[in-house]
Amino acid sequence: MESNCDYTKAVFDHFQNPRNMGEIEDADGVGTVGNPSCGDVLKVMLKVDGDKIEDVKFQTFGCAAAIASSSMMTTLVKGKSLGEAKKVTNKDVAAALGQLPPIKVHCSNLAADALQKAIGDL
Amino acid sequence: MATIYLDNAATTKVDKNVAEKVKKVFLDSYANPSSQHSCGKEARKLVETAREEIANFIGANPSEIIFTSGGTESNNLAIRGLAKANPEKKHIITSVIEHPSVLETCKDLEKQGFSVDYIGVNEEGIVEGADVKKKIRKDTLLVSIMHVNNEIGTIQPIEEIGEVCKKKGVYFHSDCVQGFMKLGIDVRKMHVDLLSVSGHKVHAPKGIGFLYVRKGVRVSAVQTGGGQENGLRSGTGNVPGIVGLAAALSVKQEVTRIRKVRDLLVKELLKIPGTRINGSLKKRIWNNVNVSFYGIEGESLMLMLDKEGICVSTGSACASNKLSESYVLKAIKVPELYIHGSLRLTLGEISEKDIKFVVSKINEKVEKLRKISPFKLEMSDGK
Ligand SMILES: Cc1ncc(COP(=O)(O)O)c(C=O)c1O
Ligand SMILES: [Zn+2]
Repeated sequence: MESNCDYTKAVFDHFQNPRNMGEIEDADGVGTVGNPSCGDVLKVMLKVDGDKIEDVKFQTFGCAAAIASSSMMTTLVKGKSLGEAKKVTNKDVAAALGQLPPIKVHCSNLAADALQKAIGDL
Repeated sequence: MATIYLDNAATTKVDKNVAEKVKKVFLDSYANPSSQHSCGKEARKLVETAREEIANFIGANPSEIIFTSGGTESNNLAIRGLAKANPEKKHIITSVIEHPSVLETCKDLEKQGFSVDYIGVNEEGIVEGADVKKKIRKDTLLVSIMHVNNEIGTIQPIEEIGEVCKKKGVYFHSDCVQGFMKLGIDVRKMHVDLLSVSGHKVHAPKGIGFLYVRKGVRVSAVQTGGGQENGLRSGTGNVPGIVGLAAALSVKQEVTRIRKVRDLLVKELLKIPGTRINGSLKKRIWNNVNVSFYGIEGESLMLMLDKEGICVSTGSACASNKLSESYVLKAIKVPELYIHGSLRLTLGEISEKDIKFVVSKINEKVEKLRKISPFKLEMSDGK
């Protein structure tokens, strides 16, 4: 049986040194997905300047895969245009992290969802 | 980096003296204990001596000890074997906090027409004898209640439940995998008919264990073949394992010292804000701590500690489509924002100095994960 925690180097790196973690006080858009009774919770905050994502921050309650996916997602969209960010999917985040153990794929599925929700909130 | 191993409920290091005895069997007494030649006889003698020592240790007769591959097999043989041999009774009582090797076996028997009552525990993590008594019916075959819970270490009132079962004429099985060698075990005092033990939890090798079957209790084999172990467990005897298990009876248990270190660990952990100990502290095995931290998730905490050389386990795990909480912590009603953030630390050789290091690392990692988490302690009911 494959272990739950056989993560790639990229996952470990983003888990241990999460990028863009924290809060944006005067965020232009906020998206929260998940709830603690059924698992991971992810909050994404955006600061935009015209069409550009000037800043993005996240907060995550979840396993290492969930934290790493959140972090990776922010690096995929920071400084990008809203049009580019709208195209980012959960699959893109998972691909950027390399292979996730099969049981962990769902843990990465919140990252892009929360991003899209935050964009919708703008 | 030195490893600090705090997962002795998962498995233990084989004791040196045990390992030496096992090695000697590997090299010198390798014959099949069922063989008729003198080498076989020698191996058989080792097995029977071990059986006597183990029987004496728990107040049983040697003929009542059936060697198996461990706790899972012993639990399966006890429950399935009893069910098979006594088809006229179709009701089983067990608890919601049993190990999966009991729970899943009971669920499987439900598919075969048995009805099973899974009784709850109080918030301390203890099964109440009165609840067991209430559920006993005319067609109740078996009550199976564990001795010590593997996650929260709570000690169940086995003697009391055993007495109830005896009075009602119902068989009583106890999974003693986590209590053996840590608490005194006397099969007469406990009024058990069946009792499971596993070697690897008590500094013996993996792949060996036994089931105590009280004389006169009807059990059918679930594994058929050459008819070893009185026909109850076919398969060539695991002589090295059996010798190792008997040798493990002499491993010194550092009860007083480890309990003291454990209590210190609890005291220090509770200084971290938003921390709770899960399960009774009083009715608890002396090397177990199960602690939860508000607003963070256990697997990430476990992984961060692992990177520091600290081996612990967590009740939180990712299931196929969600983060799933421990069913034991759920049974004792651990609050939502604590239930995923649990760690189990089960102590062995550790010193007080190491414990201080462990606490400082836990403190550091909890703080780090709380910074990442959207759930902030200030907004909570955390202490
Ligand atoms: C309470 C309990 N019962 C049964 C088992 C299973 O024992 P084994 O690993 O020997 O199959 C374990 C070990 O995980 C346990 O803790
Ligand atoms: Zn997860």
